Amino acid sequence: MNNSLIQLSFEPLTAVLVIPAVTAAVLALLPSYWVAARLNVLATFVTLIAAVLLLFDRPPPGDYLFIDDLNNAFIVLTTFVAFTTSVFSASYIAHELEIGRLTPNHLRFYHAMYQTLMFAMNLGLIANNIGLMWVAVELATLTTVLMVGIYRTHEALEAAWKYFILGSVGIALALFGTILVYMAARPVIGEGADAMVWTMLIKNASSFSPELLNVAFVFLLLGYGTKVGLAPLHAWLPDAHAEGPTPISAVLSGLLLNVALYALLRFKMLLAVNPAALASGPLMVTMGLVSVVFAAFMLYRRRDIKRMFAYSSIEHMGIIVFAFGMGGPIANFAGLLHMTMHSLTKSAIFFAVGHIAQAKGTQKIADMGGLTETNPVLGWGLVLGVVAIAGLPPLGIFMSEFLLVSSTFARQPLLGILLVAGLLIGFGALFLRLNSIAFGEPRGASAEAKASYVPMFTHLALVLAAGVYLPPQMVTWFQNVAKLLG
Amino acid sequence: MNTFPLDVAHMLAGGMVLVSFMLLYQDRMFALLNVFALHAVVLSASVAWQAYVQNAPHLYVPAAIALVLKGIIIPVALHRVVIRLGIHRGIETVVGIGPTLLLGVGLTALSMVVMLKAAETADPLAREDLAFALSILLLGLLMMVTRRNAVSQIVGFMSIENGLILAATAARGMPLVVEISVAFSVLVAFIVIGVFLFRIRERFDSVELQALDEFRGERR
Repeated sequence: MNNSLIQLSFEPLTAVLVIPAVTAAVLALLPSYWVAARLNVLATFVTLIAAVLLLFDRPPPGDYLFIDDLNNAFIVLTTFVAFTTSVFSASYIAHELEIGRLTPNHLRFYHAMYQTLMFAMNLGLIANNIGLMWVAVELATLTTVLMVGIYRTHEALEAAWKYFILGSVGIALALFGTILVYMAARPVIGEGADAMVWTMLIKNASSFSPELLNVAFVFLLLGYGTKVGLAPLHAWLPDAHAEGPTPISAVLSGLLLNVALYALLRFKMLLAVNPAALASGPLMVTMGLVSVVFAAFMLYRRRDIKRMFAYSSIEHMGIIVFAFGMGGPIANFAGLLHMTMHSLTKSAIFFAVGHIAQAKGTQKIADMGGLTETNPVLGWGLVLGVVAIAGLPPLGIFMSEFLLVSSTFARQPLLGILLVAGLLIGFGALFLRLNSIAFGEPRGASAEAKASYVPMFTHLALVLAAGVYLPPQMVTWFQNVAKLLG
Repeated sequence: MNTFPLDVAHMLAGGMVLVSFMLLYQDRMFALLNVFALHAVVLSASVAWQAYVQNAPHLYVPAAIALVLKGIIIPVALHRVVIRLGIHRGIETVVGIGPTLLLGVGLTALSMVVMLKAAETADPLAREDLAFALSILLLGLLMMVTRRNAVSQIVGFMSIENGLILAATAARGMPLVVEISVAFSVLVAFIVIGVFLFRIRERFDSVELQALDEFRGERR
């Protein structure tokens, strides 16, 4: 008995699910927010260790869970950002409690939901069953809806409701696509659970009915694409980011969008194996490009700082989907790198923005100015973050965007021009706003921010390091994944 | 070959499409809820028939969920929401009833063409049920975009969900059907509770620009 328990605790694949699930239950009962915040940090840290262990010790694929190069990259990134966000969250919510925006009861709920969200995202990433993956994405949606509405203000409830309805419709479409994939698999693999197991699907996908796969992919693209935030299905995203607590904005942008993208990539791989199925690339390229250009223009009219960076997330998810849609070793590599860099950078920006909004007491861009004078550390942190997200050298996003743009120009110059136009337009908007926020005469209230700067600067340091020097192990790893994606 | 099981399955699934059309033209709130209850009952019968024909007793679980939760509890709960919010008079529609129904006919034809062609190789029971399910799904989406009122949007969403359960049970031997139907029920329950607690009346797409800007925190 004792022995089997020890065995279980060293099984990293189950650990990344069990730890968040158990912690969520404990946190739901724990009255002290101080202890809860620390337990939250501890649990995400242990989950991160388990995820890293998966790199070295991979169990063979089971019926429900499996791990390969692709989802290992996602799960390490997810657990890492979850860990740093929990550190940020501890200092963020302490302030929210102080000013009375949240009560201790809210926080108990918040922490339990945070771990439930981690559980759902990890499950979605390592699920080997497309039905289970769908259930996990649905659970993740539900928990984030509840967290977006946690402030109970009119705006927060409206944002949560909008997210709920659009997210639910997206999820419904994704389920129909999942059922169609099962229908396509059934004649080949046979009835029952095997026909939903992803490792079985990919082995046999070449003999599936291409017509069914085509229809299924359209539904999956629209369904999971809603969750990725692709234009024109993005309407929920800016509201959800702006009205929820900032740690949740960071997790939404940095992680949840990735999980939905991951689901989409799995199905793209199925279609790629089947020679008669439609090419999924052009569809993804179109949606990605539309998102980039649309979001770039929308960035100009934003007056709320969190909404602005939410639109920036739409732009970057567009870039990533564009990269995976282009396909091929270089574009896939660029897509993976961009996804990693975007997750790190965008969450760092939201860490800065969260503290800035607390110091200024508002999210309105018009009411904040001269941040580098009033709150120098936060101000320069934000400047660095925006420089990184805009894609200036020598930071990581420059690398991935450069790879993508150069490979696109080599293959489809016309698409390259559109992509670069979108990038430059977004670039202009970001710096226009950054200028008024970070420099010039100080405006608005300026309280001292009690912030933890460690998570923000850790992320930015990693992004800088990746831009200067990518370790060869990481390059080979990403190259392997890029090959998997075809 | 005995086509009786097939015929009954088609009749029930086709009945659901018909009820979906009925949902489209309801202009009274209580009538809408009653028709939705009927939708759920037909779904329940259809799923139960699949369970019987496929000899898959676990499918009786989604059938029971459909009957009890969506046929009785949710309509009753929504009745009370409607009374409490005082929105029982008329339903505001964005597009008139006539054009909506025409659009619905078009969508149904589209889904028949798409599914019957795409699923040519699948067995007939599943193929036609999939086509019906797709038309229920599209009709539900149509209902969601043509209604302003939150409660009728929920009803639209739940009819989409009914279509999905129909598709999932028609796909013979599909695993996790029960789990998925439970997961969906949780989702629906959350929606209903949300409306009840937060008194959400309208969808938030006011044409009044000022209200929109206020909502987005972007008023100059």
